[in-house]
Amino acid sequence: MTLTSKTSPATSPAPAASLAPSGGTNPVLKLVTRVLDWPMAGLQRLIGERRMPYVFLLPNLVFFGLFVFVPIAINFVYSVTGGPALFPSERPYVGAGQYSYLFDCGSYVDPNTCREDHFWRGVYNTLFFSFFQVVAMVGLSLLTAVVLNMKIRGRGFFRAVYFFPVLLSPVVVALIWKWILQRDGLLNAAIMGLGGDRTLFLAEPGWAMFWVIFVSVWAHMGFYTLILLAGLQAIPTDIYEAAEMDATPRWRVFWRLTLPLLWPNLIVVIVLSLIRAVQTFDEVFVLTGGGPGTSTLMVVQYIYETAFSNQVQNFGLAAAASVVLGIVLFALTLAQLAFTQRKSS
Amino acid sequence: MNIAHLVSARRNPKGWHWTDIAAYAYLLLGVVLMFGPVLWLVLSSFKTQASLLEFPPSLLPLSQKEVVVTGYPQPLPLFTVTMEDGTKRELAQVRRIGIQAQMIDPANPSQQFRVPIDKRTPVRQFSLATENYSEPLQRFAFPRFLANSVFVTVVATLITLLINSMAAYALSIYEFKGKNAAMLMVIGTLMIPITIILVPVYLVVTKLGLVNSLWAVILPGAATPTGVFLLRQYMLTLPRDLIEAARMDKASEWQIYWRIVMPLTLPALAVLTIFSIMWRWNEFLWPLAVLTKTESYTLQIGLNAFQGELQTQWQYLLAMTVMTLTPVALVFVFLQRFITTGIANTGMK
Repeated sequence: MTLTSKTSPATSPAPAASLAPSGGTNPVLKLVTRVLDWPMAGLQRLIGERRMPYVFLLPNLVFFGLFVFVPIAINFVYSVTGGPALFPSERPYVGAGQYSYLFDCGSYVDPNTCREDHFWRGVYNTLFFSFFQVVAMVGLSLLTAVVLNMKIRGRGFFRAVYFFPVLLSPVVVALIWKWILQRDGLLNAAIMGLGGDRTLFLAEPGWAMFWVIFVSVWAHMGFYTLILLAGLQAIPTDIYEAAEMDATPRWRVFWRLTLPLLWPNLIVVIVLSLIRAVQTFDEVFVLTGGGPGTSTLMVVQYIYETAFSNQVQNFGLAAAASVVLGIVLFALTLAQLAFTQRKSS
Repeated sequence: MNIAHLVSARRNPKGWHWTDIAAYAYLLLGVVLMFGPVLWLVLSSFKTQASLLEFPPSLLPLSQKEVVVTGYPQPLPLFTVTMEDGTKRELAQVRRIGIQAQMIDPANPSQQFRVPIDKRTPVRQFSLATENYSEPLQRFAFPRFLANSVFVTVVATLITLLINSMAAYALSIYEFKGKNAAMLMVIGTLMIPITIILVPVYLVVTKLGLVNSLWAVILPGAATPTGVFLLRQYMLTLPRDLIEAARMDKASEWQIYWRIVMPLTLPALAVLTIFSIMWRWNEFLWPLAVLTKTESYTLQIGLNAFQGELQTQWQYLLAMTVMTLTPVALVFVFLQRFITTGIANTGMK
């Protein structure tokens, strides 16, 4: 997942001797350049050239520290403390209490027997959603990428068509589909026009889950199609020419050549879409709100609601649940890193 | 050259192989499925409240034609009426009494007709209900949300570009103690989404006194590991001689970064800019958690709040949805090629 730059950046080298302010004639940029040059040069004189990289690194690390590393540490503190207080120092230590509460189940297969039944419903819904979403996502984006890789007129246009929904915000995506799937919506009109019965798509648990998966695939498919398309285009053509000389059947070329060569990209797509599926929240939240009942409630929504929107904000429990989710995501990311390492070696 | 061409070339040099036809059929279905819903949303957003309630819905935004008749203060709705002798006439309805409608000929208002209501059908014309767009702008806090979103997107993108390019510069040009540790920290954060550290980030933001401030949305996501990576990979390809030459000319390290490396990194910066705009404009969960006052809502949060309140007022909701998606659609139209190659090359989002 690195940028393999195709364009050479050195095509227009700025002559080093003339340090023209960047931005050319733009007066704002010129001013910024002038104002920044002087103190930064002074700083360099003060601390020396060798310490300058730390200056460049500092702002980024401050942000990372403040909004990623410190929060990770606090998250662990939260998950082992209880009570309603926001500040860790005011929270009583409960040890593994939050975790044991979360995992207090008569039988893990049945969420009804769990103290935190919503969490477990969220877990099962997320597992179900992730599995079918990834299967559909990989299958459809592979098919689309293969089709787009054929000698097709207007390939750029079709590529853009599939990619367009990727840019839409989850709220917009959910509202588009809510509009189509509502009681008097386009889909019901079409079904009734063909002689079928009106269905309340988002009010029946089975249908709601189907549409949540469908909408999610619709919205993100273009992204994975693009990764696979890049992979297909990187396959050297002489392999296909050799296959043609041997008069290999087409399906066999696909099965024996294309698929194995595309495998690294497929792994990336599978793991990336899995990581994203496990984190699913936005679209589902706007489309169904987790309903009907709890039939499309996802783990992230459980965390969000436990921490922010329930009557009693339970930060400890939410943090414990997010540690569990974090461990899952960490494992998935390690898997991806392992696979991509193998790809590059 | 690709498989399709090779195979079809061998079997049938000029004609169409069935797979070509299947491919085009699939792609056309794709156009309908991918663009159709968005188009349907846009068309629907121009319908009047009355025509939104119609079932089955009409494809185009149509509304009933009205005529101004002398002697009547209000414009009257126009209907096509099947008369008793079987002829059809266009009549304006004055009032409706039970199953009878009192109608007049707009050309000759003195003549009145009594028509059973099932004998008339409304005359419809294409019309755009632009008030769906203008009214939310006047009546709701929509302009506020829009301004908030623009502010967040612009400021966050500028900060992201600056601090990420500085870090990328340090990590690509220099050798220094702790470089590997810094790289490791950046990589480490790649796998930590905001979803799993929601609560503690909320605490940090509270400690900084930023709750309900737009800065609470801007700052936490400003340092993106993907951004650092993208820029670093690009900067690694810059020729070192250029930097050495600048040092010989007594340029300060900052000058080298700002005046030489940054202009050369423009293509990568452009890609990161597009991504940052996309991320920030569409961000949902974190603003939802940290912004609780209506005046600090971003568009996405405002839209979500509206969809709870405006269930019965789809006409406003649809128009606001269209307004929310328009900027990304425009970015897409102009920078489509750029975006798609950027994603294909980096595999990031």
